[in-house]
Amino acid sequence: MTDPTLPVLPRPLATAARVMPLLPLSLALSALARRLLARHPGILARMGSQARKRFLLEFTDAPLVLMLEPATGRVSARRAAGLARHDAHLKGCVAAYLAMLHGRVDGDALFFEGSLQVSGDTEAVLALRNALDDAEIDLAAEIATLAPPLRPALGLAERLSGVALSRARVAGWEEHA
Amino acid sequence: MMELVCPAGTPAALRTAVDAGAHAVYCGFADATNARNFPGLNFNRDEMAAGIRYAHARGAKVLVAINTFPQAGNQGLWHAALADAEAAGADAVILADLGLLARAAECHPGLRRHLSVQAAAANADAINFYAETFGVKRVVLPRVLTVAEITAINRAIEVETEAFVFGGLCVMAEGRCSLSSYATGRSPNMNGVCSPASHVVYAQERGETVARLGGFTIHRTPAGGPAPYPTLCKGCFTSGAQTGHIFEDPVSLDATQLIPQLARAGVTALKIEGRQRSRAYVAEVVRSFRAAVEAEAAGRPMPESALRRLTEGQAATTGAYAKTWR
Repeated sequence: MTDPTLPVLPRPLATAARVMPLLPLSLALSALARRLLARHPGILARMGSQARKRFLLEFTDAPLVLMLEPATGRVSARRAAGLARHDAHLKGCVAAYLAMLHGRVDGDALFFEGSLQVSGDTEAVLALRNALDDAEIDLAAEIATLAPPLRPALGLAERLSGVALSRARVAGWEEHA
Repeated sequence: MMELVCPAGTPAALRTAVDAGAHAVYCGFADATNARNFPGLNFNRDEMAAGIRYAHARGAKVLVAINTFPQAGNQGLWHAALADAEAAGADAVILADLGLLARAAECHPGLRRHLSVQAAAANADAINFYAETFGVKRVVLPRVLTVAEITAINRAIEVETEAFVFGGLCVMAEGRCSLSSYATGRSPNMNGVCSPASHVVYAQERGETVARLGGFTIHRTPAGGPAPYPTLCKGCFTSGAQTGHIFEDPVSLDATQLIPQLARAGVTALKIEGRQRSRAYVAEVVRSFRAAVEAEAAGRPMPESALRRLTEGQAATTGAYAKTWR
């Protein structure tokens, strides 16, 4: 079962992921990860020794897997899940990962409903989830800082695809009253 | 209006809870002194002080949970937590242990004391003892009482009561349950963790997701389908001729519709469980329950709950409030 509110990655992007060269993708994602870790030191502080674990992120709607090593900020893209040694394995759609990262959906709810599968070191997964949740990351803002001309394109991509690329804003109670 | 007491496992969740309409937020230090000592969660001393400043600037209170039981020879950790909570400006501490309550009353008399659900004070005599002996001002009621029982308790006590209305449902005499210790050697009472993640393993076996805790299989569910966390009291077991959820189903509490009854029963504050959950959960649940307590105060009907997605097992129950114990 998957969450019907989470969009599937658009076919052109999934196709692009199939032919995308892995080395440049890995380098770009590692650079972004290291920038995020530098700007949010609380991530590694919260994770403690769990930051040395290796997290395999598998996508149900893209022919890629990512190996994330928080302690070093290394992200490596691969084609298949079964090839790499890892401590924890997560499986879900691209939109689920991004919605969790941006505080749009609750990871436990995704897990309870079967939209996110977890195996391996559960403690490491919880540490990663909790540390990222506290960091209040906004990928669109981070990327736009690196490449300002991309800001409008990121906003447009978010609106058209429904995939969360920016941090959730909590409306004040008075705004609802 | 009934006070809405909301969970925060991280500083970001605290800010989210306050922004979403919490009257009070409860949280704890990142050590064994609080009963949600999970990896990546909780507050260091600076984060606690900053969180309290954020809440106070917006008219919300912060209650610091120091609600595990001090370990012999290591009480200093719990004593420091009391002193640091007071220094940070906490509005109250939530305590369970008799010795720590005595310490707080003696060394921190100006610090308001609430009795944690971990103390399992489930009758008026017990509550009056805590109130008279340690100056406890509020008691968090165990999740094993009916509304009628809560009404009877409130008629026989002078202090405030706080009742859980949403989230994970502990069905045991809290603070005295040893199930987690039996399976993993770690418990909420001594270590701040029930069915700890360090002992949880999910595996895909023959088309099923198998959830194990400390080597014990707790659940088998179809792969890709809804899966609960392997909490022992909500596991699937065989007992005699019966196989099923012997203690309790893997469901969450949602007592939205019972809020008017709880108000009439004399309950002062409503508590949302979930310090281990994300800020997305906090935002959605707090907003929903703030709308509910506003409706109750205005005499309007309770809004329909739209929180089922956030519940374990995708199912909600009114727990013990509206039923007799199994």
